[in-house]
Amino acid sequence: MKLEELRKIRERVQQELSLREGKARIKIIIGMGTSGIAAGARETLRAFLSEIENRNLTDVLVTQTGEKGLASQEPVVIVEESGKPGIVYGMVTPEVAKRIVAEHIVNGVVVSEYVIQVEE
Amino acid sequence: MDELLLHVLDIVQNSISAGASLISVEIRERIKEDLLEITVEDNGRGMDEETLKMVEDPFFTTKSGKKVGLGIPLLKQTALSTGGDLKVKSQAGKGTRIKAQFPRSHIDLPPLGDLRGTILALVYASERADILFRYLKNGRELVLDTREIKAILNDVPLSHPSVIKFLREFINEKVKELERIFPEQD
Ligand SMILES: Nc1ncnc2c1ncn2[C@@H]1O[C@H](COP(=O)(O)OP(=O)(O)OP(=O)(O)O)[C@@H](O)[C@H]1O
Ligand code: FES
Ligand SMILES: [Mg+2]
Repeated sequence: MKLEELRKIRERVQQELSLREGKARIKIIIGMGTSGIAAGARETLRAFLSEIENRNLTDVLVTQTGEKGLASQEPVVIVEESGKPGIVYGMVTPEVAKRIVAEHIVNGVVVSEYVIQVEE
Repeated sequence: MDELLLHVLDIVQNSISAGASLISVEIRERIKEDLLEITVEDNGRGMDEETLKMVEDPFFTTKSGKKVGLGIPLLKQTALSTGGDLKVKSQAGKGTRIKAQFPRSHIDLPPLGDLRGTILALVYASERADILFRYLKNGRELVLDTREIKAILNDVPLSHPSVIKFLREFINEKVKELERIFPEQD
């Protein structure tokens, strides 16, 4: 497997993205500060990535932040959708990450039992 | 934390917070010398003398709104408890280098941990800073340079499902190759 193979994927994806707006609909921000990492944020990140891959979601962006979250609620994840207040989730294990993708990102229903804050 | 690689992710986050544009991560296993070395070097804003002096102290941090920095002291503690050490070299405006050494055979040495998951996390941290990751073991090396990935991807996002699939398989293959040469026992 060569990194060059990524070039073909890039070309295909570029065509695909140019057919529509290209802008991501939803942004997922994963807290990767010390306490987040210690609580399993790396596995949470991986779970989000594999859900995006498995469900073929082409309008979601995954990013990280090193800022301190709420140590007692880690891993912390923020879901931002343009025009809506950001939703801050706490204790996002890989299982919860899967639910967030299925319920919030795909179906538009916030997973309320894990919400710790609603941003402006 | 129960893996050395989790510490690596954590130390890299410090570099990103310090505004680094390039971070080099090197994990080197010196089997004959019974040493495991972890070096993270960045071109971020660096630390002044005072910060540098205090950075290994668990009750110090310069970020506002919090009283304790945990990252570096935690790794230092892990290094010292195995008879190893951690050194910080930093220059304001130039960058920082953190180097930790561990005796490989020490009974309390935590496992290196999940190489695949860590490299994947580093690749997805690379929209904020470029990362050159190298894992060296007895002359063999696993190298991943996020600059190469980004140069190919251009404006295609890392989180596109086809890109995720490719990167996952690409990393998996690289790690597998290394494990084939160096199976678990050493
Ligand atoms: N690579 C770096 N470049 C510049 N300054 C750094 C770097 N790494 C650490 N520092 C400084 O040292 C301080 C302590 O770092 P440490 O990782 O121990 O704690 P923290 O990042 O502040 O908090 P925590 O890691 O617990 O979230 C930081 O706040 C920062 O001021
Ligand atoms: S591996 Fe547990 S704190 Fe270092
Ligand atoms: Mg830190």
